[in-house]
Amino acid sequence: MRITCPLCGARDHREFTYKGAALPVPALDSGVAEWDAHVHLRENPAGPHEELWQHAMGCGAWLKVRRNTVSHEILAVELAQDAGLVIKEDRS
Amino acid sequence: MRIAGKGLVSHNRTVNFSFNGKDYMGLEGDTLASALLANDVHLVGRSFKYHRPRGILTAGSEEPNALVSTGKGAARDPNIRATQQELFEGLAAQSQNCWPSVERDVMAVNDLAAPFLGAGFYYKTFMWPAPLWEKLYEPIIRRAAGLGALSGAANKDPYEKAFAFCDLLVIGSGPAGLMAALTAGRAGADVILAEDDSRMGGRLLAEVEEVDGKPVHVWVAEALAELEAMDNVRLMPRTAVTGVYDHGTYSALERVSHHLPPSQSLKTAHRPRECFWRIAAKASVLAAGAIERPIAFRNNDRPGIMMAGAVRAYLNRWGVAPGERITVFANNDDAHRTARDLVAEGVHVTAVIDSRHDAPDSGEFPVIKGAMICDSAGRHRLESVTIRSVNGEEKLQTDCLAVSGGWNPSVHLTCHMGARPEWNRELAAFLPKPDAVPGMVVAGAANGVFSTYGALQDGAQAAITALAGIGTSVDAVPLPEASDAPYRISPLWAVPGKGRAWLDFQNDVTVKDVAQAARENFRSVEHMKRYTTQGMATDQGKNSNVAALAVLADATGRSIAETGVTTFRPPFVPTSIAAMGAGAEDQGFMPQRYLTSHKASLQRGAANIEVGLWYRASYFAKDGESTWRQSCDREVTMVRNAVGVCDVSTLGKIDIQGPDAAKLLDLVYTNLFSTLKLGRVRYGLMLREDGFVMDDGTTARLGENHYVMTTTTAAAGQVMAHLEYLTQVVRPDFDVRFTSVTDQWAQFSVAGPKARDLIDALVDEDVNSETFPFMACGAITVSGVAGRLFRISFSGEHAYEIAVPARYGEALYRLLLERADPLGGGPYGMEALNVLRIEKGFITHSEINGTVTAFDLGMQGLVSKKKSCWGKALSERDGLMDDDRMRLVGLKPVGAMQALSAGAHLFDPDATVERVNDLGYVTSVGFSPTLGHMIGLAMLSGGPDRMGDTIRLVDHTRGIDTLCEVVNPVFFDPEGGRVRG
Ligand SMILES: [Zn+2]
Repeated sequence: MRITCPLCGARDHREFTYKGAALPVPALDSGVAEWDAHVHLRENPAGPHEELWQHAMGCGAWLKVRRNTVSHEILAVELAQDAGLVIKEDRS
Repeated sequence: MRIAGKGLVSHNRTVNFSFNGKDYMGLEGDTLASALLANDVHLVGRSFKYHRPRGILTAGSEEPNALVSTGKGAARDPNIRATQQELFEGLAAQSQNCWPSVERDVMAVNDLAAPFLGAGFYYKTFMWPAPLWEKLYEPIIRRAAGLGALSGAANKDPYEKAFAFCDLLVIGSGPAGLMAALTAGRAGADVILAEDDSRMGGRLLAEVEEVDGKPVHVWVAEALAELEAMDNVRLMPRTAVTGVYDHGTYSALERVSHHLPPSQSLKTAHRPRECFWRIAAKASVLAAGAIERPIAFRNNDRPGIMMAGAVRAYLNRWGVAPGERITVFANNDDAHRTARDLVAEGVHVTAVIDSRHDAPDSGEFPVIKGAMICDSAGRHRLESVTIRSVNGEEKLQTDCLAVSGGWNPSVHLTCHMGARPEWNRELAAFLPKPDAVPGMVVAGAANGVFSTYGALQDGAQAAITALAGIGTSVDAVPLPEASDAPYRISPLWAVPGKGRAWLDFQNDVTVKDVAQAARENFRSVEHMKRYTTQGMATDQGKNSNVAALAVLADATGRSIAETGVTTFRPPFVPTSIAAMGAGAEDQGFMPQRYLTSHKASLQRGAANIEVGLWYRASYFAKDGESTWRQSCDREVTMVRNAVGVCDVSTLGKIDIQGPDAAKLLDLVYTNLFSTLKLGRVRYGLMLREDGFVMDDGTTARLGENHYVMTTTTAAAGQVMAHLEYLTQVVRPDFDVRFTSVTDQWAQFSVAGPKARDLIDALVDEDVNSETFPFMACGAITVSGVAGRLFRISFSGEHAYEIAVPARYGEALYRLLLERADPLGGGPYGMEALNVLRIEKGFITHSEINGTVTAFDLGMQGLVSKKKSCWGKALSERDGLMDDDRMRLVGLKPVGAMQALSAGAHLFDPDATVERVNDLGYVTSVGFSPTLGHMIGLAMLSGGPDRMGDTIRLVDHTRGIDTLCEVVNPVFFDPEGGRVRG
C-alpha cells in the first residue's frame, strides 16, 4: 500500500502508523456517554472510510486518509490539522 | 542428444558439471535440464508420495519433477528447478527424495502400497488413537514428508533486498512484453522489464519463425539492444515478479548469482545469492505468457513424457532432441509445430496422436486423428505408448512423448488482489478478469492472445493503455510482420480408462484421487485441493490446477466455470525466506542503541541487558562476586549508604517550547502543570483516551515557555506520537513546538546520602538545599560544559539527575565514577535500580500494563479536580473506581518458602487455586538487602483494604507456592525524609 503524504509525497505504508476512524473529538468535559461513543462505538464500513494515519517514519504528520476498506483505494489525503477534527470547547 | 550447430547455445564452449556424482559435459547457454537431456539423462528424481521415477517435464519455472539440490553444507539449496539452473563450470547437483540412489530408491515400495495411500490417506489413517500422534504418527509423517532437505545449519550466504520505482513495469519479455517495453521506452517512460528466465525473449527463443522478415531470435536480439541503449529502461533478467500488492507495489525475486560458480560470485564479487525487490510501479503490463498443460492418462508420469512446447524449446533454443523416436499427443494445432520442427531437424517423429477428428495434416509425419494415448511402458525411461483409436488399442515404440493439452494463460498475478479469472470456452482456458489489478493491463498469451503477431500487437496496445491510465499519452509504434496462426483446440483433460493417471506430478495426485474426493463430498475446489493436496506442492499446481478442476467439474456434474479455480496467492515462484528477510537478521532486525557510558560501563565489569533496543548495564560484577544477586545487593546498599551513579539517558526526553506549552501539559497530564514554577520539576501521570494510564514521568520548567518532559524508556515513542496527535489533530490552535531530544542529552542519576557532596564538588555552581531543594532544576556548568541539574529521585534517596550534551556523556560518566569511588560509591545497574524503586513502591510499565487506572495505582489524587484532561472522562466510568478492583499493594513472604515471582497469581489461602478464585497477580519482585527479604508489588483485588492479610501466591511455571502478607507498597522510608534531606 502507498499513501501520498501531502508533505513528503507517495510513500510505502510501512512508514505510516494507523490510529482509527477520523472523528471530531468531544469536549473534555462532555461526560462518559459521549466519550464512550467516541472511543468505543465505531462504524465499521465496507467502503469509503475516513481514518487517521501518522507518517511516523517520515515527517510525523497526522493525516486524514479517506480509504476504501474493501479495495484499499486511497481516495483522499489531507493534513489532519486542516481536517476540522478539533476538540470541542469545554462546557464549563 | 545434441544437434550440431542448432540452437542459441555456444557449441564451441563446453562446461563440465556433475549430476548424482557422475561427470557430464554441457555447453555454455545450457540449463541443467537441457544439458542432462543432451546427455540422454531422463531419470532425474523421485516423486513425493509414491517415489515414482520422474523426468524433466517442462522447460521453465513451472517444472514439477526436476527438482535438485545444489551446493554443500550450510549453503545447500534444495528444490532448485533444473529447468532454470544455468550450467556453470563445476556445478554439482543431486537428485532428491530418493535413497540410496535415484535408480534404486528404497521408498519406491510406496508405489506398491498405492491402493492404501489415496486421497485423504493421512486424514483417515492417523485419526486414532490420539496418543499415538506425538510418538508415532508425526515422526513417521515428518520423515516421509517434504521435498528436498535443508542442511540444518545457518546459511551464511549473502542475500539482499532492494527497492525500485518506475512508470511502467513490464512482466515478461516474450513478444508482448518486448513490444510493451519498446512502446513505452521509445516514448521516454521509465520502464522496468522483468523476466524470470536468464535470457530475455520468452517463448520467441523457443520457436522457429520470422519476425520483421528476420529469424525470430535476431529480431529479439535487436529489440533488446535497443532497450538496453535506453537510459529510461532497466532490464532485469532472472527476476520473477512474485506478488502484486496495493497501489502498484510488486515483489520480485532476482536470482543474482545462482548461475555463477561460488568462487566467482560470493567471495570475490560480493554478489548476493538472491535479491528480493519491492517495485513501486505507476502502471504495469502483465505479459507473463502461458503454461502448457498435460493430458492425464495411465502412467503419464514416466521419464521421457514431456510437454510438447518444452520439447520444442529444447530443440530450438538448446539444440537438444530429447529422444530418437518422438511421438506427439495433443488436442490442439500448436503441438503440431513440435512435430514439424523436429522433422525439420531430421529427428524421427513416429506420429502425432490428435484427439480431434478434424485435426489437420500438418507435415511429413502421420497424424492419427480421433485417437488418444491410454498407457505407457518403460522402467526408468519411456519405451512405448498404447494408442487407442477406432481401430482398437495398439502399442507404439517411442522414447519420448510430447504432450499438449493446450495452454493456460499465466493469470496468477491478476488474482493476487482478490479477482478470479474467467472461463473462456473457445480457448478452453481461464482468462484474466479485466481490470483485476488497478493499473495493470494484461497482454499476449497471458491474455489468451496466442499468435506471435497478436502478442506483438497486444503488447504495444497494452503499454499505450497502461500509460494512458497514468496520464501519459504515447504514440503507437510500427508493428513488425509476424505469423498470425489461429489457436484451435478441443478440450481433453483425462483419457478415460483404468489405472492411475497423473494430474499433479509433484504431489502425486491422480484423476482417481480427485474423483474420490468428489465422491466423499469434497465438491468445492478448495476442499478438493486440501483433501487431495493437489496444487499444494512447490509448483503450486501451475501444471495441474485447471485439469484437476475440470476433472472435478466432470465428477460433480458441473461446468468448469461453475466449479471455479482455487485462490492464487503470492509468491508466484518459491521464494527463499533468506531473500525475503534479507537485512533483517541480527542488528538489521533489532538495531542496537548504545549509551554514551557503554564502553566505560563494560570497563567497570558491567553485564548488559537489553531494554527495548537499548543496551543498559544490568549490574557491575566486582572481584569475588559470582552471582548477579551479590552485585545487585552491594549496589543497592551502596546507594542507600553512600552514592551510586546510573546512566538514565534511555528515558524519553521531549523538549517543549512555546506560549501554549503549559496548556499542552495541562491537556496531556492528569495533574496541573500550568502552576509549575520556573526552576521546578513535577511528577505527572498521563492517560489514554479510554481513561487507563499511558505513562508517567517528570517535566521540568527550564524557562518561561520552555519545558523538558521525560517519559519512560518503554513509552518514549508512544508519548511522542501522542503529543503530535494532540497538537495536530485535537488542538492545532496551540502555539507550541516540541522535539525529541532523547539522543541529544546524556543524563545520569547520582543517588545516595553523599550525592550532594559529589555534585556540589563537581559543578561550578553551589548546590545546596537553598539552590537545589527537592524537585528543583536549573542550569549548571561542569568542567566548562553547560548542563542541567534536576533534583529528582527514583530511589527514594537524596538524588540528582545531571545532564550534558551527549558528546560529553562518556567523559561525565567517567568523571562521576572517579568522584564516587573515594566516597564509597560507584556505578549501579538496572537490577539495583529496580530493587531501589520497588523498595519505594515506585511504578514502571510492569505496573502500568495498560489495564490499570490511576485509581488502581493509588494515584487518584494526581487527577486534578480543578481541570479536565485527556482521558479523564472515561477514567470516571462505572466500574473503574470500584474498591474491589485489582489495586496496587506490596507483598512480603511469610511462608516457609521465602520466594516471590513476577507473574504469580494470588488467592485466598483457603480457596482452591483456579481461575474463578484469582484475586490478582504480582507485577515486580526483588530481594531487598535493606530489609533482608524478598519484596514485591502486586495488583490485588481490593488491595488497600487487605493490609495485613495473608494471601497465597502461586506460580505454576516456576513451582512457587507460598503465603505472603499484604503490606504498604512503600516498603522503605514511607515518610520520604531521605529524599528531601
Ligand atoms: Zn510526511
